[in-house]
Amino acid sequence: MFDALSSSLRASLRRLTGSGRISAADLDAGLADIRASLLGADVAAPVAARLLEQIRERAQRSEIVGGLGAGERMLGILHDVLTEVLGGSGRELDLRERPATILLFGLQGAGKTTTAAKLALRLMKEGRRPMLVAADPRRPAAAEQLGILAAGIKVPMHREPVGTPVSEIGTRAIAAARRLGLDVVIIDSAGRTALDDELLEELRELRRVTKPRERLLVVDAAVGQTALAIAQGFSGAAEPTGLILSKLDGDARGGAAISIAGGAGIPVVYVGTGERSEALERFHPDRIANRILGMGDLATLAERVREAEIGPGADPSAEARTKAAEARALRGGMTFDDLLSQLRQMSSLGPIGQVVKMIPGMGGMAEQAEAAVASGELKRTEAMILSMTPETDPSQGREAGKAGEKRSKAPVAEGGDAPEPLSG
Amino acid sequence: MKLAFWRKSSSDDQKRVAAVAAPASNPLAAALRRITGATPDWSAIEASLLASDVGLEAATALIQAARGSGDGDGRSRVRAAALALLGEEKAASDDEADVLLLVGVNGVGKTTTAAKLAVRAKGSGLKPLLVAADTFRAAAIEQLRVLGNRDGIDVVEGRPGGDPAAAIHDALMLANARGYAPVIIDTAGRMQTRAGLMDELAKIRRVVAKVAPERLTHVLLVLDGTAGQNGIAQARSFDSSAGIDGIILTKLDSGARGGVALAVRRELGLAIKWIGVGERPTDLVPFDAEAFVDGLLGAPAIT
Repeated sequence: MFDALSSSLRASLRRLTGSGRISAADLDAGLADIRASLLGADVAAPVAARLLEQIRERAQRSEIVGGLGAGERMLGILHDVLTEVLGGSGRELDLRERPATILLFGLQGAGKTTTAAKLALRLMKEGRRPMLVAADPRRPAAAEQLGILAAGIKVPMHREPVGTPVSEIGTRAIAAARRLGLDVVIIDSAGRTALDDELLEELRELRRVTKPRERLLVVDAAVGQTALAIAQGFSGAAEPTGLILSKLDGDARGGAAISIAGGAGIPVVYVGTGERSEALERFHPDRIANRILGMGDLATLAERVREAEIGPGADPSAEARTKAAEARALRGGMTFDDLLSQLRQMSSLGPIGQVVKMIPGMGGMAEQAEAAVASGELKRTEAMILSMTPETDPSQGREAGKAGEKRSKAPVAEGGDAPEPLSG
Repeated sequence: MKLAFWRKSSSDDQKRVAAVAAPASNPLAAALRRITGATPDWSAIEASLLASDVGLEAATALIQAARGSGDGDGRSRVRAAALALLGEEKAASDDEADVLLLVGVNGVGKTTTAAKLAVRAKGSGLKPLLVAADTFRAAAIEQLRVLGNRDGIDVVEGRPGGDPAAAIHDALMLANARGYAPVIIDTAGRMQTRAGLMDELAKIRRVVAKVAPERLTHVLLVLDGTAGQNGIAQARSFDSSAGIDGIILTKLDSGARGGVALAVRRELGLAIKWIGVGERPTDLVPFDAEAFVDGLLGAPAIT
């Protein structure tokens, strides 16, 4: 996600390598490139203009810090500005009420219904007991769509006959949730291509009867300059408490997040990253800003590692093993077995390019990593490690604290390919 | 079979185009009014084009072309440049196509657009057949069935989770036997980055060519009018895997101007065929370049 934005921003800032004070000409050139990048990412032009102004001010104030070049300082400033715009360190949903009510709304095709099911699954995994409510009284088969998705994730769904006023749908849904002892009610409201009075009135009615503390706007990541207008259009009737950016699994650059957060002050809470019901991720503004800038995203990587290990079917001893491996790595004594287990874990995290991008400084290496996978290089590495015996594994000796370093001259993998330096 | 006549724009169509093309309150329009003087305010024009999702590259190119052209105020020069770009026709027109395959990313409005095309064909005295080949999205088939029933149009339904190519095969056999035309096929939404799903479109195209070789098939990319610059990536990817014959630009009643279609035209030469201007069955109208460009530029300058 946000791939293109990060690569073009990095490309533009790489040119600002001069040390010392950022010259006026460099600043103008850098800002022009950043502008092109932000606009190309569909950040609303007025929001982009405001960001550029902030960056200019701070860059001009920027003092020379121990050997940092102009480009690096601009990166730092950009990172701060983007993080601030995207909403600081993120927020949790307020689900204290019983039942807690979440109202989802957005334009037609934004992905409300799919998102509703994803959110339900996510909350269920967090130990909640959600209910889905089909509150689109008009779109043909909208309730059927939600019903199929709800059945797929085994979450109860409430629906009423076509034509039932939304106020009745809302009232009965809340009552049903109480009766069934469910603690989160997720309301999938109707979509429209245009923000008309009827739609806004429906949202007011739904709010009046269900009193949702969380009112989440769903916006397609590919939306262009109208993103801000869409958010503002919903503001009066729905007072959005958060934004869900859907379809971020494509190559849309997702500038809508910056437009809406920066222009309307609505923080992003989740992003949709695929068609499966699992594909909804927490949004971490600081991490995403890092990612946009190609600075890596270690926190997300760490989280994915944990999820990969604690998920269903996980090896219960995996966590302990990882801890031990981490400790060895910190002491500089990582073994080839550790490397092997890391390689295998990484392949369970998803496409290697995505994983590599999360490692600081490796943003530009994602393509190389993908190429390494495609060429079977990782498989070969795995085969080499597997063909080692404790005697031929040079790392084993070091881990055991013996005089093993010398043994690294011994044949590493007699049964495997001609060994090449692993650090290549 | 000639379908040219059902593309003709009625006066009712033109009213609907005018309704969406004329911005109610475009803050940029005010800025544009200043530009009728001798020195065009190119940055105001650029702002207007950017706000319409034309994108920086295409906007810069248009302004460049306008700067180089002789007389008139800046706005009318840019307008002329945009119209010249849209006027450069790509080889064939789709007037005779009688298989229309609708493709696009998720949520752009393929299903409703399929029904609208069918309504339009039926209104012109044709015998359209709708094919519900979105076997992936939950209840997509039901949605098209309901729309077809509402509008009195026959629908061939795929099997949920089944092979869309099989449904299309059966539908074309039926169409050949019973004389349906045009055959309008709704496919599942797919992100253009999913290689496997893009390959599926190529397969569908082959099936159509095999079962109905005598029918002229056009693949129409449905592009969300609110889309930003990612619309270019969408068009490029769908064009390379399925071969796009034209663009349908939807949701122009949303306040968005769909300027990315101009950038798509500029980069890939794909013509805009239809625009969606509302939710009623008749809210799909032939593309009108002048109204579209006026929309991109904001309100006409006060004369």
